[in-house]
Amino acid sequence: MEALFAILIGLFFAAAIYLMLSKHTVRILLGVVLLGNGVNLLLFTTGRLTREVPPIIPAGMDALPAGAANPLPQALILTAIVISFSFFAFLLVLTYRAYQELGTDNSDEMRLAEPRDEERPPMGY
Amino acid sequence: MNTLILRTVAPVLTALMLLFSVFVLLRGHNEPGGGFIGGLIAASALAIYGIAFGVSAVRRAIRFHPMAIAGSGLLLATLSGLVSIFAGVPFMTGLWIYPEILGVEVPLATVMSFDIGVYLVVVGAITSIALALEQEEPERAEAIGEQPPPPVRAKRPRKPRPKPQVEG
Amino acid sequence: MAAPSTDLSAALVLASPQLADWLVVLPVVLMIGFGAVLMMVRKSVRLHGTIAITGLALLVLLDAALLIRISTYGPITMVMGRWLPPFGIAFTADLFGSLMAFVSAVVALAAGVFALRDIDAGGRRYGFFPFLMLLMAGVSGAFLTGDIFNLYVWFEVLLISSFGLLILGSEPEQIDGALKYAVLNLIGTTLFLIAVGYLYAIFGTLNMADIAGKASRLRETAPLVTLTALFILAFAMKAAAFPVNFWLPASYHTPRITVSALFGGLLTKVGIYALIRVTVMLFPVEREELSFVVAVSAALTMVIGALGALAQNDLRRLVGYVVIAGIGNMMAGVAIGTPAAVSGSILYALHSVVTMTALYLVAGEAARLGGAWSLSGLGGLYRRAPWFSAASLALFLAAAGLPPLSGLWPKVALLKASLDIGAWWLAAAILISAFIVTLALARVFLLAFWRPRPEPAPELAIARDWRIAWPLGCLTALSILFGLFPETVLDLSQRAATGLAEPSAYIRSVFPGGAAP
Repeated sequence: MEALFAILIGLFFAAAIYLMLSKHTVRILLGVVLLGNGVNLLLFTTGRLTREVPPIIPAGMDALPAGAANPLPQALILTAIVISFSFFAFLLVLTYRAYQELGTDNSDEMRLAEPRDEERPPMGY
Repeated sequence: MNTLILRTVAPVLTALMLLFSVFVLLRGHNEPGGGFIGGLIAASALAIYGIAFGVSAVRRAIRFHPMAIAGSGLLLATLSGLVSIFAGVPFMTGLWIYPEILGVEVPLATVMSFDIGVYLVVVGAITSIALALEQEEPERAEAIGEQPPPPVRAKRPRKPRPKPQVEG
Repeated sequence: MAAPSTDLSAALVLASPQLADWLVVLPVVLMIGFGAVLMMVRKSVRLHGTIAITGLALLVLLDAALLIRISTYGPITMVMGRWLPPFGIAFTADLFGSLMAFVSAVVALAAGVFALRDIDAGGRRYGFFPFLMLLMAGVSGAFLTGDIFNLYVWFEVLLISSFGLLILGSEPEQIDGALKYAVLNLIGTTLFLIAVGYLYAIFGTLNMADIAGKASRLRETAPLVTLTALFILAFAMKAAAFPVNFWLPASYHTPRITVSALFGGLLTKVGIYALIRVTVMLFPVEREELSFVVAVSAALTMVIGALGALAQNDLRRLVGYVVIAGIGNMMAGVAIGTPAAVSGSILYALHSVVTMTALYLVAGEAARLGGAWSLSGLGGLYRRAPWFSAASLALFLAAAGLPPLSGLWPKVALLKASLDIGAWWLAAAILISAFIVTLALARVFLLAFWRPRPEPAPELAIARDWRIAWPLGCLTALSILFGLFPETVLDLSQRAATGLAEPSAYIRSVFPGGAAP
């Protein structure tokens, strides 16, 4: 089961990196999102996979039943999902604004902050 | 989006979802649920209201600015953690009181007030993002930046936008 | 509610914590609380400055108390919610963390005062001060936490608030810079998260003291070198080390100058802090394996940063490259790895937090007085503001590492450490980089301060302002004092480095009754 997940995570990472190598900001953004989801899956797998017993203490008991899933990776993933969700919302707005303001979604042409023909510093006193 | 059906259903739906969000928040105390998911439900309720009646209607309805709501939640959550300094236990330790209200023992905890804080933070933050996205262009500068519309926009002649190139 | 039948006492902290232990969490709590209050009063921008400065001053006091406490009694720990480590999230501060936290707080206070002048009502309404508070919460949290996933969370907190600060004003240049900054930093923290995932898979714990105790047992079987390499890449990306430094010169010159100053002073240093913490304390043997790669990257970072500074016309971008050159020096200490070298890195980090922030503030003040950001447009500042020019010259010398200012001692320590292990090329890189940075900054002084104005502009009457004079003056004074009387700081940084190389006191503070099973 873990091996299967490892391959799946590898596919996620490969697709994410392929998308992030693109010059277009929307694809980069999609790549970042895919990468975040791959990482969540990775965290999930690192806690070792078990079946069918959620880490919830049933009514009338004080401890987890035997064979329950590891709750820690799930807490980590929840945190990571919250964070990546808010980042995604921010980046989405930012990309859209960048497209409006700069008139391009090609990262090669986003040279407003670093102009190509920048002046050299004065050579003499 | 602004159809008659949506406008008729939206108030009822919003009210129901807000009620449900409080239910989920309180249920999260001992069972699955909690402040984060409750806050998301409440924020989506407000988003639906915004789609139906416009952003300014939502802003009027919630009275406070979403970021102020988020700030109050953050403060509540922080203070809930800080209460334990007076009880002589480490930060964020859950503390309980059992007051009798109308003859019923009601367990109250700092865990719950922390969760309510989380709820408010999520409602505030997500609502402000959602409202900023729902807002139409001229209103947006005022909503996101809270600044007078940048003079750049008027001065700078807008560059002709090159069509996004299609690869391949 | 029925009392639980399971005996939980084995997993709980039963003794009530000392009041002094609260010093570990209070800086973070204070900043979050003040940030929350500022968010609530967002409309009344007049109050923002007062509230924020009060909060930052309290932060300085708290961090000073924490530093004094730790330097006398050793590391202190507090766990969240009474759960014993490694189950509960632990905040553990040792000398290294508290030193960094204290210096950052001082710098943030200076930048906050400077912002009173620099950030207008528009920027305040946008939320400069709440974002500043949350940024400091993230920075303090990163320096004081003892849990590696928690470190990731604080990284994200400061990253989110840095996004907010970066696009303050929403000008097209800022959006251009912010997009590159946001995407590349997000990828960097995601790499960090991947490394944390693998770390959990190998160790089954996230507590740093626990990891440090267990690493020696797992060294034979687990792929720890790969893991360390992943951590180094992630933190190098945060710290802007070559070859993953290109986001810094693309973005740091775009926001308001106070924001640039905070970023240049604090954010890259958080990356260096995490790098030192993870490589030197948790995985020293693996760091040894990778030391050549880190050394090459350090040498290239130094030289490329310095050369970049030489090629810039814009003052802010020039300072950005000087920041990168400094990062190379700190990486060199990590690459060498002896306690002397690590102490040199810590010294350099402390010096760099103060000096880089001050340099950005100098750039801002120079632009206000001279009306331009570029070297070709500036001139005649010495005649207009002699005191400001003197302070700037002191800071330039400090940044270049010339005696008798603060930059000298860390460079001496690093040079000596690299010659001790026979890495002459690393020593040469440090010297060459210092030489080129000296050239670049001397040229700034020559062009912007000494020479007459290129085209005589109408002399604007520019009033002196305490909100500019005090922060700049205090930071310069700090730098000069550190240069002239380095004993205390030298001693503290050496003890901090020893504490990292031999973390038994750190582990004992988390597990008073011996290491976790």
